[in-house]
Amino acid sequence: MKRALQIVAAILLLVGLGTWLAKGANRGWTKTSVEVKTMDEITGIEGITNEKRFVPGVDFLGATLLAAGLLAGGSFFIRKSVTADKTV
Amino acid sequence: MSTAKSILILAALAQFSAAALATPQTFDFKDPKGVNNAVFKLDAPLESINGNANGVSGTVTFDPANPAATTGRIVIAANSLHVPNPVMKEHLHGSQWMDVTKHPEIVFEAKSLKNVKTAGDTTTADVTGAFTLRGVTKELTVPVKLTYLKDKLGARSNGQMQGDLLVIRASFNIQRSDFGVNPKAPEDKVANTIELTLSIAGASPRK
Repeated sequence: MKRALQIVAAILLLVGLGTWLAKGANRGWTKTSVEVKTMDEITGIEGITNEKRFVPGVDFLGATLLAAGLLAGGSFFIRKSVTADKTV
Repeated sequence: MSTAKSILILAALAQFSAAALATPQTFDFKDPKGVNNAVFKLDAPLESINGNANGVSGTVTFDPANPAATTGRIVIAANSLHVPNPVMKEHLHGSQWMDVTKHPEIVFEAKSLKNVKTAGDTTTADVTGAFTLRGVTKELTVPVKLTYLKDKLGARSNGQMQGDLLVIRASFNIQRSDFGVNPKAPEDKVANTIELTLSIAGASPRK
């Protein structure tokens, strides 16, 4: 159980950090949309479309680190199961 | 007089009379292409907030022969204000910030133009008008650039309509506290100065 929690914490940490890095290491808040700019050739206006896209930010990274830390920390409170035989 | 000469004179007369009869045109800024937009930026020391709005409508009366007489009303739907973070957007639309349910429109009503300079199709001027945000109206003078694009509506509507276009560009600042937009919010996190940039095009179809 103790080992399992530590493995889950490590996986969570790696997945969270990996997702954050892979999605551009955004140092702002998490975004659920990004601006896509397109030039209107006739008017010269740069039109803006808000395209739905998940970009994790520092809040996402912080939450992942916190969850992984809690799991790893919690694992230290779990005692190793004692299997020694009692003999009289 | 040769026929060619007569045609040339007639064409020149027609052009002259058309110019003499030029009347103010009304441009509708409800943009079916969704290109029209307003961009806002609040650059505080600890946090920069950027967003946009595309719910633009309104009309402007513009006379190419007399740009100084331009008047009009541009409206931005407050619920079209967008920031990329969903929680921030909820707060932005909420009662402490923009209160979009109670104040659904952001309006600029142009009343007069000063320092009007025209070069070709482009006019620059300082527009004075009433700016209403969150139910508070203040008089503002804003530098604008107007570009009159004659006969360009056809190209923009794939030939479905014929007419002219008017492009308006403006950049100006307002103070958040002047309009009661959460005046208690700390200025190191949410700047008091809101930088606004408007890029819009209106159409005047020919009947």
